[in-house]
Amino acid sequence: MDDLVIAGRKFGSRLIMGTGGAANLAVLERSLVASGTALTTVAMRRLDAGGGPGVLALLERLGIEALPNTAGCHTAAEAVLTARLAREALETDLVKLEVIADDRTLLPDPIELLDAAEQLVDDGFTVLPYTNDDPVLAQKLADAGCAAVMPLGSPIGTGLGIRNPHNIEMIVAAAAVPVVLDAGIGTASEAAQAMELGCDAVLLATAVTRASDPEAMATAMKLAVESGRLARGAGRIPRRYWAHASSPAPDQ
Amino acid sequence: MNVLVNGDVTEIGPGSTLADVLAARGVPERGVAVAVSGEVVPRAQWRSTALRDGSVVEVLTAVQGG
Repeated sequence: MDDLVIAGRKFGSRLIMGTGGAANLAVLERSLVASGTALTTVAMRRLDAGGGPGVLALLERLGIEALPNTAGCHTAAEAVLTARLAREALETDLVKLEVIADDRTLLPDPIELLDAAEQLVDDGFTVLPYTNDDPVLAQKLADAGCAAVMPLGSPIGTGLGIRNPHNIEMIVAAAAVPVVLDAGIGTASEAAQAMELGCDAVLLATAVTRASDPEAMATAMKLAVESGRLARGAGRIPRRYWAHASSPAPDQ
Repeated sequence: MNVLVNGDVTEIGPGSTLADVLAARGVPERGVAVAVSGEVVPRAQWRSTALRDGSVVEVLTAVQGG
């Protein structure tokens, strides 16, 4: 499988994992290893709010790069501050930019998102924005200097898959930066579908961490992403209305 | 005087620096970031950053998420 390249950096896997929702660090470790991921999200929270630095030590030990997010931020100002704190704590300029409109849908607030993206690009960050499946907004984010765009398949944690495949295809067709399908994946076929639609990578967490067998689902997702990537490159046959025999005509 | 550290009211002596407050809480040197009243304070400036009565200190680290 060819490397994923974001802002000139190579990643050996096209499956980006999240760490949220895992029952404990042991389960998380087995899932991350099974997924083959090279890049994995973490959230920034108060030091004494539970969790501790355990997840960072785990990623370091596994040789997986940390991708801090701005989860929980509702305004551009909050997201910019969180990104700057993440850069200081993790010594990385990568940020998964999330600016959420409300806690019920967890959908991105497009106005605040674009504002935050512009500020962080100006501040030297490599910005990977979690965005709506809106081709117009995706284009504006790319134009603002984001290193990738990460449209949702469906709302975070719903497992509803890709609700608007046509929009994802339009985003892919227009994008001059990598497209990462982020959020909504429930099972392996949907991860494969994202890659078949032309996405460069898939980002998922809940589908693995809350599966009955997270390690097995992580393996399934790894294979699905590879499978979808191969199928995209292989060129699918055109869809036909009528049957088309694949065996020679019977001898007369 | 009192400062707020991650939401906890914390009494500090006059002339206390940010580094003093963090050391008293056992904050590690790596893997954390600190903001004072909404501005990030880089690690290199912890010792030279004086706190005022009412300063709001937030100490963050990476946790599972996303």
